[in-house]
Amino acid sequence: MNVEKITVSGGYGKDGSEEKVKEFSMSVGDIVSIVGPTGCGKTTLINDIELFANRNTPSGRRISINDEPVPEDFIFDPADHPIALISQHTNFLSDLPVEEFLTIHATVRGARDAESIITETLSFANELTGEAILKDIAMTELSGGQTRSLLIADAVVIGNSPIILLDEIENAGIHRTKALELLKKYKKIFVFVTHDPCIALMSDFRIVMKNGAMQHLIPTCQEEKNVVGKMKQIDDMMLNFRQVIRSGDELTESVFNDSFNVLTF
Amino acid sequence: MKLVIFAGPPTCGKTTVIRQIIKRMALKQIKTAYLKIDVLYADDDSIIAKEFGIPVKKIYSGELCPDHCNVVVLDEAVEWAEKTGASYLFVETAGLCLRCSPYVENSLGIVVLEATSGMNLPRKIGPMLTLADISVITKIDLISQAEREVFRYRVLASAKGITVVESNALYGIGIDPIVKHILKTPDVEFPMFLRGNPPVGTCTICVGKKEIGAKNHFGVLRTLEQELYYVGE
Repeated sequence: MNVEKITVSGGYGKDGSEEKVKEFSMSVGDIVSIVGPTGCGKTTLINDIELFANRNTPSGRRISINDEPVPEDFIFDPADHPIALISQHTNFLSDLPVEEFLTIHATVRGARDAESIITETLSFANELTGEAILKDIAMTELSGGQTRSLLIADAVVIGNSPIILLDEIENAGIHRTKALELLKKYKKIFVFVTHDPCIALMSDFRIVMKNGAMQHLIPTCQEEKNVVGKMKQIDDMMLNFRQVIRSGDELTESVFNDSFNVLTF
Repeated sequence: MKLVIFAGPPTCGKTTVIRQIIKRMALKQIKTAYLKIDVLYADDDSIIAKEFGIPVKKIYSGELCPDHCNVVVLDEAVEWAEKTGASYLFVETAGLCLRCSPYVENSLGIVVLEATSGMNLPRKIGPMLTLADISVITKIDLISQAEREVFRYRVLASAKGITVVESNALYGIGIDPIVKHILKTPDVEFPMFLRGNPPVGTCTICVGKKEIGAKNHFGVLRTLEQELYYVGE
């Protein structure tokens, strides 16, 4: 299916009141963030999108694709499911070795050259994670960060889905700005559920949620876009510090100042 | 009378799926009756009776396997359901040894599988899956989407042509497509026959022989190396 645009029509919040954001649409190339306190219904919103809710989930929302509602009994062949959801799972329950699992998934997704796709998937995943993922290791043995990295790589490369929903990718110790840069190379709709100000401001707009309902839609203004550059510098500085700690070195005053003094604002 | 038989390993979510279906059937003003077959303990019948006010019955299979018990009582159960005025009988059974399936010809056979139970489950459970019409995969919210797709593939590889429905039954997600199939179920015909071929064999353990070792048993026997032989009349 050729997905150009996806539209979310509002339903009801936890207290039964109508959502303030009545409708919003995302087109190919858009990056959208969903923000709000824990428990406000962010994950429920992306689950609704993934399930093509048609007023048949607890929120009462409706999802349409290319301005057409998705029929209730519309069951996608998993091979062309246009949405990949990277949930907050940080462990696999699948008891297969990585390579066998990816081979089956690539087959399900109709890949012609499974071997090269798996190589691409693993190298994508390994750019995001600290310790490389090996082909023969069981999925269940992967760490939290490795699991998230592999899920993202699998969705983008093997799934090749036009719509990718990512639930709190900042949580699993993966390199998130690098993930965003890698992801931006693929022309898709990306929806981030996030608590991360950097990811939120790198989006075209953000949906603010509270009490199970979409409250505001805030387009990222020029001023905010200018702030992103500064925040990225701070972010990179913190990542440097993390690397120092991770590799067993001491974070002394001079190491701190070396990074701090190169900030350009 | 239309007969829908639900099977699946213990704790896979059969009852949760059934409750969601009964709820939707009631909204459509369709009367259902419910029979639970379990080995030692079950209280789903009273929970369902209380929640929906429909006729329910429970039977413990005790010394029999639940599928065997199902074969023995199902004709009486259909008569009972007819007397209650129901047009559908839902049977929930905990088939355990995986050699048989409980599905009857002209019924709808639904196997319920947990998404969390490992990629090899579809290969392990035999006729309970391969002879079913619909495979409902529950607890999909607990695994990643990639794993869902691979699990679904494994189900289809074991049971070609089966209808797969993914469901998060706690929230009633994925129930409507099952109801759609249930509404198309034909009337059951008498005499009723089991689908597929039951395994040939008399279980010597079922008749009380406790001694370990093939020399103490009869019927179809085997060695550790899987050589089959027969002892008996």
